[in-house]
Amino acid sequence: MTQIATAPSGAEAALLSVRDLTVSVKDRGVVRPLVAGLSFDLAAGETLAIAGESGSGKSITSLALMGLLPNNVSVTSGQALLEGTDLPSLPEARMRAWRGARVAMIFQEPMTSLNPVHTIGSQMTEVIRAHEPVSASAARTAAIEALRKVRIPEPERRMKQYPHELSGGMRQRVMIAMALVLRPVLLIADEPTTALDVTVQREVLELLRDLQKETGTAIILITHDMGVVAETADRVVVMRHGRMVESAPVEQLFAAPTQDYTRALLAAVPRLGTGAERAKPLPPAAPVPVARLVDAQVHFDIGASFLGRPTHRVHAVEGVSFDIRPGETFGLVGESGCGKSTIAKSLAGLVPHQGHVEVDGQALAGLTAQGRRDICRHIQMVFQDPMAALDPRMTVGEAVAEPLLIHGIGTPKERHTRAAELFERVGLTLEQMTRYPHEFSGGQRQRICVARALALKPKLIICDESVSALDVSVQAQVLELLEELQRETGVSYLFISHDMAVVENVVDRLAVMYLGQIVEMGTRDQVFGNPRHNYTKRLLDAVPIPDPLRRARAHARPVSDIPSPIHRIGNAPNRLPLQDIGDGHLVANDW
Amino acid sequence: MARVTPEQPEEAILAELTQRPNAPVAPAGALRRLLRRKLALFGFAIIALVVGGAVFAPLIAPYAPDEQLFEGLTLFGEPMPPGGGFLMGTDLLGRDLFSRMLYGAQTSLLIGVVANGVALLIGTIVGVLAGYLRGWIGAVLMRFTDLMMAFPALLLAICLAAIFQPSLWIVAMVIALVNWVQTARVVYTETTSLAEREFIAAEKTLGASGARILFKHILPHLVPTLIVWGTLGISVTVLLEATLSFLGVGVQPPTPSWGNIIFENQTYFQAAPWLVFIPGAAILLLALAFNLVGDALRDVLDPTQRGND
Repeated sequence: MTQIATAPSGAEAALLSVRDLTVSVKDRGVVRPLVAGLSFDLAAGETLAIAGESGSGKSITSLALMGLLPNNVSVTSGQALLEGTDLPSLPEARMRAWRGARVAMIFQEPMTSLNPVHTIGSQMTEVIRAHEPVSASAARTAAIEALRKVRIPEPERRMKQYPHELSGGMRQRVMIAMALVLRPVLLIADEPTTALDVTVQREVLELLRDLQKETGTAIILITHDMGVVAETADRVVVMRHGRMVESAPVEQLFAAPTQDYTRALLAAVPRLGTGAERAKPLPPAAPVPVARLVDAQVHFDIGASFLGRPTHRVHAVEGVSFDIRPGETFGLVGESGCGKSTIAKSLAGLVPHQGHVEVDGQALAGLTAQGRRDICRHIQMVFQDPMAALDPRMTVGEAVAEPLLIHGIGTPKERHTRAAELFERVGLTLEQMTRYPHEFSGGQRQRICVARALALKPKLIICDESVSALDVSVQAQVLELLEELQRETGVSYLFISHDMAVVENVVDRLAVMYLGQIVEMGTRDQVFGNPRHNYTKRLLDAVPIPDPLRRARAHARPVSDIPSPIHRIGNAPNRLPLQDIGDGHLVANDW
Repeated sequence: MARVTPEQPEEAILAELTQRPNAPVAPAGALRRLLRRKLALFGFAIIALVVGGAVFAPLIAPYAPDEQLFEGLTLFGEPMPPGGGFLMGTDLLGRDLFSRMLYGAQTSLLIGVVANGVALLIGTIVGVLAGYLRGWIGAVLMRFTDLMMAFPALLLAICLAAIFQPSLWIVAMVIALVNWVQTARVVYTETTSLAEREFIAAEKTLGASGARILFKHILPHLVPTLIVWGTLGISVTVLLEATLSFLGVGVQPPTPSWGNIIFENQTYFQAAPWLVFIPGAAILLLALAFNLVGDALRDVLDPTQRGND
């Protein structure tokens, strides 16, 4: 323990008082701190955001408070007093009683935190009855009440459903209901909305805020998203490499950050409405577009009738038409399940499609194997998770040279030279070429994927959520790299993302997709400056604004679930005709 | 310490806990790294001992394996315990157990390595093809595998062995033909999940051919599984051979194999435990040795385990 022997008088009133908390990992006899000397206070009913990029120790802090640290990690010094009781030194049996009842936690991925083989009802009543001596029917009533509080429609029916029958947003609501059903004094939310779509994120954040007002629960919100911080937190702790960088009330932190790192972090956050500053002339339409889709459709048949015929059909992509000009960045935005990734896959030849899709003037349908391979030289893909997209058993140097090898270009020596050039171009060193993917950070891995995509000098690179999994500062660097490469090589990008702020900053033209169809399409200025379709407006409204003074006022909206794109066979969805409202700004006319 | 990059993420820190980032070792160093492991060396030593014993059996063995020695039995006609004139004692017919173990090693190694290896090979080919191609080819291959699985292995082996003239090689092939099914099943499951992984999709977008994806990107990931099944298979096949021999369709007496030494003598277990214990221990040790080497090989070949030895 250090100089803080007696907590300052203000902190005595605090609900949770963390003093000089140090969490260390022990590895082969070497003890290394993951979180060092962290101190903060949290009052009842307050929301504290712990913000930081990956590796900052923010999740470790929350696990330490919950007593859920991995085996070789432990709290080595300091205290975390919850109403005067030191959480880390609490014996496991007492902690177990406290967990859920006094301190509750919600995790990022609601699907993995719910048990898939139990109904929502049985999981909720189990939580209640594990902590309180109540009858099964009383627990059931309490559970239904809790579900109603998180604005889940038809709570009685949900009780009988299994986690997979609910959408992501619904599942996260169930997690919140479960966490709050025992009225804990402290709720730790670890990236609660990161896995959700923006419109759902907005609803969940508003819900958390309303519930807090009602119950007075203190919330620790762990997040990497400064927009979420600005929208929900009262105070902020910024962490980096296990240490606290800055701690301030939210308005003060955003208005006048005192530390360089905080300033850099805030500057790197993509903001809506700043895209116009990056004025760049629109690339002109060329006679031969890099890629063209005319009435493209992708359907998957599912279900089986008695005779083995499919009964339903997923209309993943339903009559989509657009073209991508040479040298432009074309954006596809929409929420999960809207078909944007399916379009990418059909362009890359990973899923079969109907309708007309051409790449560089060459129709994709009816190609021979050789023709298919030749098309690959023009069209490359950068995936969302670079770790998953690289073969873990292949050195990254081999991975970057592989496309050349596949297409039989050059001698081994020439291939190596080309790979080395690409490595330097994306900002990596030559000596890193003999390493394996796991030895790199996320941003570096994505650079490697970009290098691999560039190896064949393609005309179009599909970026499928390519920067979504990266920290904001790294995200900015990768986007910068993509832009430089476009200036140098004239490559076109199909930029697929759910993040409107990022899209606004990078694209020239874009299409907004909803349920497999385009609802609005136009240049960036047209769509962002003058959004016409309701769905586009909703998407834009839902983007968290990294400015606590412009906090959107909560208006309890009824819970909305995106309708399903699954239809009975022979019962195709209605096509939305697009209407030109001037200068090629197309809007579906159902608004 | 690791390279501190401006963007060092959590997983890099965690990765640091499990590995010491150092200058990468060229694949040529794989053997050296293998030999640095004590357990692997122990495994190698046992395998070398068994192989040496089998190859040089005629030179080492004090007696012929099928020679029924007069002094090999007590006055009451009981087998001699280990020690005295016979290193491992003698069996019920007064044959020297040590000599029989040495010659038996020839048979058992052949069965354990060749038969098991062929089974592994067939299983892998069937499993990988079915798992990667899916469709009707996959369906046909896997239904055939299920059929083979449903068939009692012993019965099938007896039928096959009865059709062909019993000889050591035939026995090895028969064992291979009934033992590949489990491998095929496991490899099939693993291949289907590998084929769904994103880096395989990435390879497809690069234009990689099916053969390339199979050999360069799927097979290497199956190595750990194959090593486990390969080493488990050794004891299974050695004992299956013994069963076949016992039923008279395997290796014909008086040719010894570790398995049939156990089977010949198991009824006298209480009176002469060494006759069962010694060959049993030998099979166990051999399987263990292959397992140790296999484990080490798996770790050495896995780049994500680098520097962890």
